[in-house]
Amino acid sequence: MSQVSLNGEWQPLENEVPLVEALALWGYGEAKVAVAVNGQFVARSQHGEVTVKAGDQVDVVAPVTGG
Amino acid sequence: MKVLDLDIPGRLWLGTARYSSPMVLADALAVDGIGFVTVSLRRQNPGDRSGDQFWDLVKKANKPVLPNTAGCHSAEEAINLALMAREIFATPWIKLEVIGDDYTLAPDPFALVEAATELTKQGFHVLPYCTDDLILGQKLLDAGCPALMPWGAPIGTGGGLANPRALAAYRNKFHHVPCIVDAGIGAPSQACEAMEMGFDAVLLNTAVAKAGDPVLMAKAFSNAIQAGNDAYRAGLMTPSDVAVPSTPVVGMPFWHQEPV
Repeated sequence: MSQVSLNGEWQPLENEVPLVEALALWGYGEAKVAVAVNGQFVARSQHGEVTVKAGDQVDVVAPVTGG
Repeated sequence: MKVLDLDIPGRLWLGTARYSSPMVLADALAVDGIGFVTVSLRRQNPGDRSGDQFWDLVKKANKPVLPNTAGCHSAEEAINLALMAREIFATPWIKLEVIGDDYTLAPDPFALVEAATELTKQGFHVLPYCTDDLILGQKLLDAGCPALMPWGAPIGTGGGLANPRALAAYRNKFHHVPCIVDAGIGAPSQACEAMEMGFDAVLLNTAVAKAGDPVLMAKAFSNAIQAGNDAYRAGLMTPSDVAVPSTPVVGMPFWHQEPV
Protein backbone atom coordinates (compact mmCIF):
# COMPACT_ATOMS: atom_id res chain seq x y z
CA MET A 1 0.00 0.00 0.00
CA SER A 2 1.22 3.51 -0.77
CA GLN A 3 2.06 5.55 2.29
CA VAL A 4 2.90 9.12 3.24
CA SER A 5 4.73 10.12 6.41
CA LEU A 6 2.53 12.55 8.32
CA ASN A 7 4.33 14.12 11.27
CA GLY A 8 6.60 11.13 11.38
CA GLU A 9 3.92 8.44 11.19
CA TRP A 10 3.09 6.55 8.01
CA GLN A 11 -0.43 7.02 6.69
CA PRO A 12 -2.06 5.21 3.77
CA LEU A 13 -2.52 7.26 0.63
CA GLU A 14 -3.76 5.45 -2.48
CA ASN A 15 -3.21 8.11 -5.13
CA GLU A 16 -1.32 11.31 -5.68
CA VAL A 17 -3.61 14.09 -4.44
CA PRO A 18 -3.44 17.86 -3.96
CA LEU A 19 -2.13 18.79 -0.52
CA VAL A 20 -5.39 20.53 0.33
CA GLU A 21 -7.26 17.26 -0.19
CA ALA A 22 -4.76 15.28 1.87
CA LEU A 23 -5.08 17.74 4.75
CA ALA A 24 -8.87 17.45 4.64
CA LEU A 25 -8.60 13.66 4.48
CA TRP A 26 -6.40 13.64 7.56
CA GLY A 27 -8.86 15.83 9.46
CA TYR A 28 -7.10 19.19 9.58
CA GLY A 29 -10.01 20.99 7.99
CA GLU A 30 -9.84 24.69 8.84
CA ALA A 31 -7.26 24.31 11.63
CA LYS A 32 -4.64 27.03 11.90
CA VAL A 33 -1.66 25.04 10.67
CA ALA A 34 1.35 25.50 8.43
CA VAL A 35 2.69 22.75 6.22
CA ALA A 36 5.98 21.55 4.81
CA VAL A 37 6.39 18.78 2.27
CA ASN A 38 9.75 17.03 2.25
CA GLY A 39 11.15 19.73 4.47
CA GLN A 40 10.07 22.62 2.27
CA PHE A 41 7.42 25.10 3.39
CA VAL A 42 4.31 25.15 1.23
CA ALA A 43 2.33 28.38 1.49
CA ARG A 44 -1.40 28.05 2.10
CA SER A 45 -2.01 29.65 -1.28
CA GLN A 46 -0.21 26.68 -2.85
CA HIS A 47 -2.05 23.89 -1.05
CA GLY A 48 -4.24 23.33 -4.08
CA GLU A 49 -1.28 23.29 -6.47
CA VAL A 50 1.20 21.06 -4.67
CA THR A 51 0.46 17.34 -4.68
CA VAL A 52 1.33 14.65 -2.16
CA LYS A 53 2.44 11.22 -3.30
CA ALA A 54 3.72 7.99 -1.86
CA GLY A 55 6.96 8.38 0.07
CA ASP A 56 6.50 12.08 0.75
CA GLN A 57 7.16 13.44 4.22
CA VAL A 58 4.58 15.96 5.40
CA ASP A 59 4.93 18.14 8.48
CA VAL A 60 1.89 19.97 9.84
CA VAL A 61 2.60 22.45 12.64
CA ALA A 62 0.55 24.70 14.88
CA PRO A 63 1.27 27.34 17.54
CA VAL A 64 2.83 26.18 20.79
CA THR A 65 4.54 27.80 23.73
CA GLY A 66 8.13 28.83 23.19
CA GLY A 67 11.04 30.55 24.85
CA MET B 1 12.28 50.91 23.04
CA LYS B 2 12.29 50.56 19.28
CA VAL B 3 13.69 48.00 16.88
CA LEU B 4 13.43 49.29 13.35
CA ASP B 5 10.07 51.08 13.36
CA LEU B 6 8.40 48.85 15.90
CA ASP B 7 7.62 50.36 19.30
CA ILE B 8 8.19 47.57 21.80
CA PRO B 9 6.19 48.20 24.97
CA GLY B 10 8.73 46.84 27.45
CA ARG B 11 12.25 45.59 28.08
CA LEU B 12 11.29 42.25 29.61
CA TRP B 13 10.88 39.90 26.65
CA LEU B 14 9.10 36.85 27.96
CA GLY B 15 8.81 33.26 26.82
CA THR B 16 5.51 31.42 27.03
CA ALA B 17 6.77 27.90 27.75
CA ARG B 18 6.84 25.73 30.87
CA TYR B 19 4.08 27.50 32.86
CA SER B 20 1.93 25.38 35.16
CA SER B 21 -1.29 26.39 33.39
CA PRO B 22 -2.59 28.66 30.63
CA MET B 23 -4.17 30.87 33.31
CA VAL B 24 -0.82 31.44 35.04
CA LEU B 25 0.74 32.25 31.66
CA ALA B 26 -2.03 34.73 30.88
CA ASP B 27 -1.53 36.46 34.25
CA ALA B 28 2.24 36.62 33.73
CA LEU B 29 1.80 38.18 30.29
CA ALA B 30 -0.35 40.91 31.89
CA VAL B 31 2.54 42.19 34.03
CA ASP B 32 3.72 45.72 33.20
CA GLY B 33 6.98 46.09 31.30
CA ILE B 34 6.73 43.12 28.98
CA GLY B 35 7.82 43.68 25.38
CA PHE B 36 8.01 40.84 22.90
CA VAL B 37 6.32 37.54 23.77
CA THR B 38 7.99 34.48 22.25
CA VAL B 39 6.09 31.57 20.72
CA SER B 40 6.92 28.55 18.60
CA LEU B 41 5.55 25.88 16.25
CA ARG B 42 5.39 22.13 16.66
CA ARG B 43 3.70 19.21 14.95
CA GLN B 44 -0.02 19.01 15.58
CA ASN B 45 -2.15 15.93 15.14
CA PRO B 46 -5.50 16.06 13.36
CA GLY B 47 -8.36 17.04 15.63
CA ASP B 48 -6.05 18.67 18.17
CA ARG B 49 -7.05 22.32 18.57
CA SER B 50 -4.68 23.21 21.40
CA GLY B 51 -2.70 25.36 18.99
CA ASP B 52 -5.70 27.56 18.31
CA GLN B 53 -6.43 27.86 22.03
CA PHE B 54 -2.85 28.86 22.83
CA TRP B 55 -2.75 31.39 20.02
CA ASP B 56 -6.03 32.94 21.24
CA LEU B 57 -4.51 33.33 24.70
CA VAL B 58 -1.40 35.05 23.34
CA LYS B 59 -3.44 37.38 21.15
CA LYS B 60 -5.43 38.50 24.18
CA ALA B 61 -2.19 39.64 25.85
CA ASN B 62 -1.92 42.27 23.10
CA LYS B 63 1.88 42.20 22.94
CA PRO B 64 4.09 41.96 19.88
CA VAL B 65 4.75 38.31 19.11
CA LEU B 66 8.18 36.91 18.35
CA PRO B 67 8.09 33.37 16.91
CA ASN B 68 11.25 31.33 17.32
CA THR B 69 12.98 28.60 15.36
CA ALA B 70 13.91 26.65 18.48
CA GLY B 71 15.19 23.14 17.91
CA CYS B 72 16.39 23.70 14.36
CA HIS B 73 19.83 22.29 13.63
CA SER B 74 20.46 23.66 10.14
CA ALA B 75 19.90 26.86 8.20
CA GLU B 76 17.46 25.06 5.93
CA GLU B 77 15.32 23.88 8.84
CA ALA B 78 15.35 27.33 10.42
CA ILE B 79 14.42 29.04 7.15
CA ASN B 80 11.49 26.71 6.56
CA LEU B 81 10.24 26.96 10.13
CA ALA B 82 10.49 30.76 9.91
CA LEU B 83 8.40 30.72 6.75
CA MET B 84 5.81 28.56 8.50
CA ALA B 85 5.81 30.92 11.49
CA ARG B 86 5.30 33.96 9.28
CA GLU B 87 2.22 32.38 7.77
CA ILE B 88 0.75 31.29 11.11
CA PHE B 89 1.59 34.33 13.23
CA ALA B 90 1.38 36.95 10.47
CA THR B 91 4.56 38.74 11.51
CA PRO B 92 7.90 39.36 9.78
CA TRP B 93 9.73 39.17 13.14
CA ILE B 94 11.61 35.97 13.90
CA LYS B 95 13.86 34.91 16.75
CA LEU B 96 16.41 32.91 14.82
CA GLU B 97 17.77 29.89 16.67
CA VAL B 98 20.02 27.33 15.02
CA ILE B 99 21.43 24.93 17.55
CA GLY B 100 24.98 23.75 16.95
CA ASP B 101 25.48 21.62 20.04
CA ASP B 102 22.82 19.65 21.88
CA TYR B 103 24.74 19.56 25.15
CA THR B 104 25.02 23.32 25.62
CA LEU B 105 22.32 24.37 23.11
CA ALA B 106 24.97 26.72 21.79
CA PRO B 107 24.06 28.43 18.53
CA ASP B 108 25.75 27.41 15.29
CA PRO B 109 27.36 30.67 14.16
CA PHE B 110 27.85 29.64 10.55
CA ALA B 111 24.30 28.41 10.04
CA LEU B 112 23.01 31.50 11.83
CA VAL B 113 24.65 33.83 9.33
CA GLU B 114 23.47 31.70 6.40
CA ALA B 115 19.87 31.64 7.63
CA ALA B 116 19.85 35.32 8.63
CA THR B 117 21.08 36.32 5.18
CA GLU B 118 18.37 34.35 3.39
CA LEU B 119 15.55 35.32 5.74
CA THR B 120 16.44 39.00 5.49
CA LYS B 121 16.31 38.69 1.70
CA GLN B 122 12.83 37.25 2.11
CA GLY B 123 11.64 40.22 4.14
CA PHE B 124 12.08 38.97 7.69
CA HIS B 125 13.29 41.06 10.63
CA VAL B 126 15.74 38.60 12.11
CA LEU B 127 16.65 38.71 15.80
CA PRO B 128 19.40 36.11 16.19
CA TYR B 129 20.08 34.13 19.35
CA CYS B 130 23.87 34.15 19.21
CA THR B 131 27.01 33.90 21.30
CA ASP B 132 28.89 36.94 22.54
CA ASP B 133 31.48 36.65 19.76
CA LEU B 134 32.13 40.08 18.27
CA ILE B 135 32.92 38.86 14.78
CA LEU B 136 29.75 36.81 14.62
CA GLY B 137 27.81 39.87 15.79
CA GLN B 138 29.24 41.93 12.96
CA LYS B 139 28.50 39.20 10.41
CA LEU B 140 24.89 39.06 11.60
CA LEU B 141 24.56 42.82 11.25
CA ASP B 142 26.08 42.57 7.78
CA ALA B 143 23.44 39.93 7.01
CA GLY B 144 20.77 42.50 7.84
CA CYS B 145 19.79 41.73 11.44
CA PRO B 146 18.36 44.86 13.08
CA ALA B 147 19.35 43.74 16.59
CA LEU B 148 21.56 41.17 18.31
CA MET B 149 20.70 38.73 21.07
CA PRO B 150 23.81 37.25 22.71
CA TRP B 151 23.32 34.60 25.35
CA GLY B 152 23.90 35.24 29.03
CA ALA B 153 24.40 31.53 29.71
CA PRO B 154 23.12 28.33 28.08
CA ILE B 155 19.34 28.09 27.69
CA GLY B 156 17.46 27.04 30.78
CA THR B 157 20.47 27.03 33.11
CA GLY B 158 19.76 30.16 35.10
CA GLY B 159 23.49 30.72 35.17
CA GLY B 160 23.27 34.48 34.73
CA LEU B 161 25.94 36.40 32.86
CA ALA B 162 28.59 33.73 32.40
CA ASN B 163 31.02 36.08 30.69
CA PRO B 164 30.31 39.64 31.82
CA ARG B 165 33.53 41.07 30.37
CA ALA B 166 32.65 39.75 26.93
CA LEU B 167 29.12 41.10 27.20
CA ALA B 168 30.40 44.50 28.29
CA ALA B 169 32.72 44.55 25.28
CA TYR B 170 29.82 43.47 23.09
CA ARG B 171 27.66 46.31 24.34
CA ASN B 172 30.42 48.82 23.68
CA LYS B 173 31.25 47.46 20.24
CA PHE B 174 27.62 47.45 19.09
CA HIS B 175 26.51 50.59 20.91
CA HIS B 176 24.54 51.71 17.86
CA VAL B 177 22.40 48.56 17.66
CA PRO B 178 19.69 47.24 20.01
CA CYS B 179 21.26 44.40 22.00
CA ILE B 180 19.23 41.98 24.08
CA VAL B 181 20.60 39.37 26.48
CA ASP B 182 18.80 36.17 25.58
CA ALA B 183 18.83 33.01 27.69
CA GLY B 184 20.49 31.82 30.85
CA ILE B 185 19.03 34.46 33.15
CA GLY B 186 17.94 32.95 36.46
CA ALA B 187 17.42 35.87 38.83
CA PRO B 188 16.24 39.48 38.61
CA SER B 189 19.64 40.66 39.88
CA GLN B 190 21.25 39.07 36.80
CA ALA B 191 18.82 40.82 34.49
CA CYS B 192 19.51 44.08 36.31
CA GLU B 193 23.25 43.57 35.82
CA ALA B 194 22.75 43.16 32.07
CA MET B 195 20.66 46.31 31.93
CA GLU B 196 23.24 48.25 33.98
CA MET B 197 25.76 47.34 31.27
CA GLY B 198 23.51 49.09 28.80
CA PHE B 199 21.69 46.21 27.19
CA ASP B 200 18.33 47.25 25.81
CA ALA B 201 16.25 44.31 27.00
CA VAL B 202 16.44 40.83 28.48
CA LEU B 203 14.71 37.78 27.05
CA LEU B 204 13.94 34.97 29.49
CA ASN B 205 11.44 32.22 30.13
CA THR B 206 12.25 29.50 32.65
CA ALA B 207 13.13 31.77 35.57
CA VAL B 208 9.60 33.15 35.50
CA ALA B 209 7.69 30.06 34.39
CA LYS B 210 9.24 27.76 37.00
CA ALA B 211 9.11 30.21 39.90
CA GLY B 212 6.89 29.34 42.83
CA ASP B 213 4.81 32.37 41.94
CA PRO B 214 5.44 33.13 38.25
CA VAL B 215 3.37 36.30 38.20
CA LEU B 216 5.23 37.78 41.17
CA MET B 217 8.54 36.73 39.59
CA ALA B 218 7.57 38.42 36.32
CA LYS B 219 6.95 41.61 38.31
CA ALA B 220 10.31 41.19 40.06
CA PHE B 221 12.10 40.86 36.70
CA SER B 222 10.22 43.80 35.26
CA ASN B 223 11.20 45.98 38.23
CA ALA B 224 14.83 44.81 38.11
CA ILE B 225 15.09 45.45 34.39
CA GLN B 226 13.63 48.92 34.81
CA ALA B 227 16.02 49.64 37.69
CA GLY B 228 19.01 48.49 35.64
CA ASN B 229 17.96 50.59 32.69
CA ASP B 230 17.44 53.64 34.91
CA ALA B 231 20.88 53.11 36.45
CA TYR B 232 22.55 52.82 33.06
CA ARG B 233 20.92 56.00 31.83
CA ALA B 234 21.74 57.80 35.08
CA GLY B 235 25.42 56.85 34.74
CA LEU B 236 27.15 54.48 37.11
CA MET B 237 30.11 55.70 39.14
CA THR B 238 33.58 54.56 38.15
CA PRO B 239 34.86 51.89 40.55
CA SER B 240 38.02 52.64 42.51
CA ASP B 241 40.61 50.28 43.95
CA VAL B 242 41.19 52.54 46.96
CA ALA B 243 38.82 53.84 49.61
CA VAL B 244 37.59 57.37 49.17
CA PRO B 245 35.79 58.97 52.16
CA SER B 246 32.38 60.19 51.27
CA THR B 247 32.03 62.54 54.26
CA PRO B 248 34.11 65.75 53.91
CA VAL B 249 37.56 65.51 55.49
CA VAL B 250 37.93 69.28 55.86
CA GLY B 251 36.52 70.48 59.18
CA MET B 252 36.92 67.20 60.98
CA PRO B 253 36.92 67.98 64.78
CA PHE B 254 39.41 66.70 67.43
CA TRP B 255 42.43 67.34 65.30
CA HIS B 256 44.64 70.23 66.34
CA GLN B 257 47.97 71.47 65.11
CA GLU B 258 50.91 70.87 67.42
CA PRO B 259 52.00 74.07 69.36
CA VAL B 260 54.65 76.06 67.52
